[in-house]
Amino acid sequence: MRLEHWIYTIPLRLRALFHRNRLDSELDEELRDHVDRQIEFNLAGGMSPDEARLIALRKLGNAALLRDQTRAMWNWNGLEQFIHDLRIGIRTLRRTPGFSLTAILVMALGIGANVALFTVVRSVLLKPLPYSDPGRLALVYEADVHGQHPAPWLPVDAGSFWVWQRSMKSLAQMALVSPFQEYNVSGEGGKLPEVVEAAWCTNNFFSLLGVQPMLGRSFTPNDDKPGAPPAAMITANFWKRRYASDPAIVGKTIWLDARPYTIIGVLPPTFVYSGAFGGAADQIWTPVRHEASASLLHTYGDHEFLAIARLAPGVSLPTLAASVDALQKQIESAHPEPAVHPGAIGRTMLDDAVQNYKTPLYALLGATGCVLLIACMNFAGLLVARAASRSKEFAIRVALGGGRMRLIRGRMIESLLLSAAGAALGLLLAWAALEWLIHARPDMNRVEAIRFDGVAAAFTLAVIVLCALFSGIISAFSSGRGNVLAGLQESSRAHSGGRSRALLRRLLLTAEVGLTVVLLVGAGLLLKSFHHLRSSDLGVPVDNVLTLHFGLPGTRYKQDEQKFAFFDQLLARVRALPGVSSAGLVSAAPGEGWNGDDLMSIVEHPPLGKGQGLDFMLRGADPGYFSAIGLPILKGRTFNQDERGKRANVVLISRGAAEQYFPGEDPIGKHVKTIDEGGVWTIIGVVGDVRWNVSKPPNPTLYWPIYGNGYSFGTIVVRSSHDVDLMAIPIQKVVAQLDTDLPVSNVMTLREAIGKNTIDSEFDSILVLVFAVIALVLASAGLYGVLAYLVTQRFVELGIRLALGAQRGALLSQLLLDGVKPAMAGLLIGLPASAAAVRLIRSMLYETEPLDPVVFGAVAGLLSFVAIAACLGPAWYASHLDPMQALRTE
Amino acid sequence: MSKPSDLVQGTLDLLVLKILALEPLHGWALSQRLKQVSGDVLQVSDGSLYPALHKLEQQGWIRAEWKPTENNRRAKFYSLTRLGQRYLEKEAAKWERISAAISGVLRLTEV
Repeated sequence: MRLEHWIYTIPLRLRALFHRNRLDSELDEELRDHVDRQIEFNLAGGMSPDEARLIALRKLGNAALLRDQTRAMWNWNGLEQFIHDLRIGIRTLRRTPGFSLTAILVMALGIGANVALFTVVRSVLLKPLPYSDPGRLALVYEADVHGQHPAPWLPVDAGSFWVWQRSMKSLAQMALVSPFQEYNVSGEGGKLPEVVEAAWCTNNFFSLLGVQPMLGRSFTPNDDKPGAPPAAMITANFWKRRYASDPAIVGKTIWLDARPYTIIGVLPPTFVYSGAFGGAADQIWTPVRHEASASLLHTYGDHEFLAIARLAPGVSLPTLAASVDALQKQIESAHPEPAVHPGAIGRTMLDDAVQNYKTPLYALLGATGCVLLIACMNFAGLLVARAASRSKEFAIRVALGGGRMRLIRGRMIESLLLSAAGAALGLLLAWAALEWLIHARPDMNRVEAIRFDGVAAAFTLAVIVLCALFSGIISAFSSGRGNVLAGLQESSRAHSGGRSRALLRRLLLTAEVGLTVVLLVGAGLLLKSFHHLRSSDLGVPVDNVLTLHFGLPGTRYKQDEQKFAFFDQLLARVRALPGVSSAGLVSAAPGEGWNGDDLMSIVEHPPLGKGQGLDFMLRGADPGYFSAIGLPILKGRTFNQDERGKRANVVLISRGAAEQYFPGEDPIGKHVKTIDEGGVWTIIGVVGDVRWNVSKPPNPTLYWPIYGNGYSFGTIVVRSSHDVDLMAIPIQKVVAQLDTDLPVSNVMTLREAIGKNTIDSEFDSILVLVFAVIALVLASAGLYGVLAYLVTQRFVELGIRLALGAQRGALLSQLLLDGVKPAMAGLLIGLPASAAAVRLIRSMLYETEPLDPVVFGAVAGLLSFVAIAACLGPAWYASHLDPMQALRTE
Repeated sequence: MSKPSDLVQGTLDLLVLKILALEPLHGWALSQRLKQVSGDVLQVSDGSLYPALHKLEQQGWIRAEWKPTENNRRAKFYSLTRLGQRYLEKEAAKWERISAAISGVLRLTEV
């Protein structure tokens, strides 16, 4: 029955949809036919032709109404009306291009920013990692119970890990990874030598993540043991870049640190390891038990690894973390070595990857949400003003029999059209913003996961509809109530209706200004914080200093003498280059990164408890480094040329170390020793403090000769009187002359290093500033718009007042006050709201208090200034009217 | 806007279907036949026939077809579909049940 019904009606429905014109003409023909027949019938009954026609038409009834009633019976009538309204909407909007364009631009800004940020938040923070069943993956860290480190998440030592892996079998599978390795890839077949970031992992790492190689195979236990044939896996990216996607790559040889490895597999393009400790740029993967030294693989005191766990079904992360924590406490008491950590903590792999981005991204999303709200209110304000100027038109339409619902629907359709057009433009903006973001933030974890997908599209659609509803409803209610007669009679002389609409716009404006204040305060704090960061002192003069990093492969530089000869020749040749004022060698330059620390004790001081020590950052340096980089020697002397190799047992310490570890003493002549190995070094000097990252405070630092103490890598620091960038190529040529296979990495000036350290802060503060400026522009446009509207409404009244002798100055200040009022109310709401909101971004601030009075004061001042400036125009215009002209306008 | 009341509208549908069940007719002929069979009891203006006809057509109960008539003219003829036939039977039965019930009640009050 149902089916049969459909078979009958579907052709009719299609006809009603696609052949509407024919239906119309057929209906006309049918009705004409009816009348003709009735006329013939009447003629046959003996009427005169005129009479016959008249009676036939009368009997039929109102033909126009009849046609409408019949059409109402057809299918799709609702749709037809909708399309009709849509056409009218487009036509009316095209008649006022200025209004439409403004509204579309406003919405495009709001919607574009939100769609972009939503896409980023969803892709980076919420989308699961690209592994199989990623919800069960977690990282287990050793815990910092003494609070000596900035964060409690400490990397893991291999000794403890093997115990965890064995004992936790029933709770989780565990894999070890060390994502912060690098290899010198030798030049072969005309390719350049290069330094490539790499990772070591246990053979179960990829199977634990559920990652299958795209070509070749994954590691097996046979690869992952000392003395096994060297094997490496490479990423799809590296394969594409260095081997031009050679399909026969598996089985070929790659030279890493001057040793031959067989490429056994290529990882799929989707694979990326992103964690809190980096790894997203790793391109070569090697088995850890083949790569790491026997001592590193068995020590409990050297924390070079991360532990990844796949939870067994039914096991929760807290359960696992608690078990490992208990186990680690046993390990600590069983192993008397120092630097064994007494606890463990865990977090999910997704949290591990994106924890650092959560607050900034949600703060940015909040900022764009504010921008969208402001845009919507502005848009609603525009619609309200438009409704006011069209109130007569609406009244006439109602008087002529237009249904009120139909009118409101027409308004909603207009608002929907505008926000849809805004969204189309906004999507373009969002696309551009995402492209820019991907290129501007390659350092951000999971930036490769950013993609505009179905959910983001659905979000866009929802935003369009919500904006249209919000703005449409506000404007519809602003004029829906008034009775028809009042609307028809309202002239510019009677301005009460206009005023009530202006009240609504003022309330919207107050909220707008309030939100703008919050954004401005946030932007101000972030900018101030960024400024602090940029101006914070790295510890050395930063202009015209270039750094280049290199590492000597152990296979070719086995003896200390070979390394020393390389260092000597390198320094001599670089110093001889024209344009180089000074050059030095250090294991890591200021701002170049953490690069290693160790716990030491002071021989002359009473012994510390087990596992306790004084934390020193360690740096190797050549005798000329301090003067080359401009690090002042405050006390004592630098190294001598002959304090190298076995005689390299002298150190300089930083001022911070001297003050913190030798309070009230002279450190010179005292001795330090590492708490595990027992070597002893004599302190010969004190130098100034430097920062390893410009956004972090300086750590107590210890410098020992880079000639010796196990260094086979270094950073050349070159100072020049001007244009130090130009020195990069000649220095790289010098390196190539000394060793053609030796790549140079991290070529950058100290300024660039600082830029890299502060990119987060720069990015966040500039984006929030952009949003705040957009908000400010929208709000001031709103202020201007409302006052300008009020002035035109009160044209005649103002003319009368001027004609009666009102003082122009008094009128100006009165109008100005009137216009600025919503801004002041918004400021009063916005300041306490900001005080509450900035608590949320406390973690993003650097040496800046959330309730910084300067920022709050500046925002209040700026906003008042902008508000007055926005209102000055219309107020001035109104107070300088020609009264006669104003009186004649109606 | 004078729409026939629900009762008359429903009745009109039924009458139109019944008349068309006898033979296909065009609009004017149908209106004549309606007057014939119902006399003056049902006051249906000629025009209100057309919304009803179009509704019935959209519901699939009747089918419309342009056919030539006398004097080289053509007219839109309506005929009952199988679906309409079934609907008519069902509705007629319902009508009879209801009218029987109502007249039963009315007779009760008379006695």
